[in-house]
Amino acid sequence: MIHPIPPGTRDVLPDEMRELRRLHLALIEVFESRGYGEVATPAIEYDEVLARGDGRTADSAYRFFDERGDLLALRSDMTVPIARLAATRFASAEPPLRLCYLANAFRAVRPQRGQMREFAQAGVELIGAPAPQGTAEVVEVLEAALDAAGLDRAVIGLGDSDLYRQLLTEFGVEGDARDSILERLAMHDLVGLEAELSAVEGIDEEQCATCVALSQLRGGSEVLEQARGLGGEVVERATSRIQETFEELRARGAADRVQIDLGLLRDLGYYSGAILEVYDPALGHVLGGGGRYDSLMKRFGLDLPAAGFALYLERVHVAQMEEESRKEEGAS
Amino acid sequence: MSVEVAGLSRAKVEGPLKLAVPRGALFEGTLDALDVAGIDTAELRGDSRALIFEGDDITLVTMRPSDVPTYVEAGAADVGITGKDVLLEQADRVVYELLDLGFGRCRMVLAGRVGDERLGESERRLGMMRIATKYPRIAERYFERTGRQVEVIDVKGSVELAPLIGLADGIVDLVATGRTLEENDLEVREEIVVCTARFVANRVAHKLRGAEVDELTLKLKAAVTG
Repeated sequence: MIHPIPPGTRDVLPDEMRELRRLHLALIEVFESRGYGEVATPAIEYDEVLARGDGRTADSAYRFFDERGDLLALRSDMTVPIARLAATRFASAEPPLRLCYLANAFRAVRPQRGQMREFAQAGVELIGAPAPQGTAEVVEVLEAALDAAGLDRAVIGLGDSDLYRQLLTEFGVEGDARDSILERLAMHDLVGLEAELSAVEGIDEEQCATCVALSQLRGGSEVLEQARGLGGEVVERATSRIQETFEELRARGAADRVQIDLGLLRDLGYYSGAILEVYDPALGHVLGGGGRYDSLMKRFGLDLPAAGFALYLERVHVAQMEEESRKEEGAS
Repeated sequence: MSVEVAGLSRAKVEGPLKLAVPRGALFEGTLDALDVAGIDTAELRGDSRALIFEGDDITLVTMRPSDVPTYVEAGAADVGITGKDVLLEQADRVVYELLDLGFGRCRMVLAGRVGDERLGESERRLGMMRIATKYPRIAERYFERTGRQVEVIDVKGSVELAPLIGLADGIVDLVATGRTLEENDLEVREEIVVCTARFVANRVAHKLRGAEVDELTLKLKAAVTG
């Protein structure tokens, strides 16, 4: 008899499980060897607590009442639960705190898209280490994790999440127009972006062109110069932040696989400063991401800067498989 | 100074860029734009039934316009050309929309039978219109936005048929010249959106093959504005 499971969930059978386990162990070993202690948190939390981390909470799609009538939610990532854990359990510990995890998280899916409702993430959180050193350390750990997974072609995009928010403030764009411009930027809908920008009163052609051109700048450190050429105090501040991080990475010999990307804009509400995205040429989807969230811990009563990343374990596994077969083809 | 472009060279992307070319109404316009951009399309213009045309710098892959976002989102094609109507209908597909190519201009419209008041009548007396369309999501969003309730009937073939034999009160469809509507005794009642051909890119290709994607974007931009 066939008994169905909900779309966006899946079983893992022994062959795959064996490989996932190997990947899991390799990643945790990298994290542990760099001083990141593994933690686990409950899959269900009070909705109120998760909402404290990400005000929009749209991401935790599964909410329900318990027997006392309290509203519970399934976590949609591990960053917010770990912020909660750190503030509660390590409030008096000497920073920085280094924690890592491999855990399942849950998000709403669009029907018939093969998207996962439940997925595994592996990542680290570095709490209490400011930019640029803290960011650089997290990138280093991420690079070691990618190497351990055999993804030596993977590239890390480094951007700045405050750039466009501050740029729009400088332009005097507020309210709905601001939201919809940020949404176009996040989706990289350049046609829509131009239309939205030119519809806003008070934005001239040059400002519109600056915004569009900025979002297309990606590459080595030369793009920072190009960005500066586009002018403005906000751009100057953002490029300086990126440059500091990049130079810190260079000093550590870890800038090799980092691509500076002024078009990066992650849609999670708690990011501030540096943002990261991970790509592998073998896969059309993003492998993971992260960045800084210097104001997140404060919402839980522990005012510390923080940074981290999360890799989608299943996608890393797919990329690993693609890279392996590519190497075999190359060898034969 | 390998460090300068290390992020890009690290990726060592292989093979020519893959471009998804839409068959159908946008086919000619796409080939013309590619020609001006310096991409040889002679083979595609022939009688070949082949789907993949390999070149030195670029591989052209032909497919239905509505499949373009699917292939590009997955990274099976790095970049592609398709209609805004397709992108709007599949708004949940994550592809980067880089350029409005301007050709293939059509209007998405609400149409009803000439002189027939069924649309208004249904709305007034039943509180609801029945709308047949091949674009259910665009239709749903449009009526939601304009505060009206409709029953959207998803049809695959000639949508003009639906109001003629009583399946629906009106249709939401793409209109180029308006001749098909006219021939079927239908007329435009409301314009929803103007659609043209768009150049789209896969998210990862846009990052890891940035130089190639940007170069092609510039060439296409010059081709359609020049």
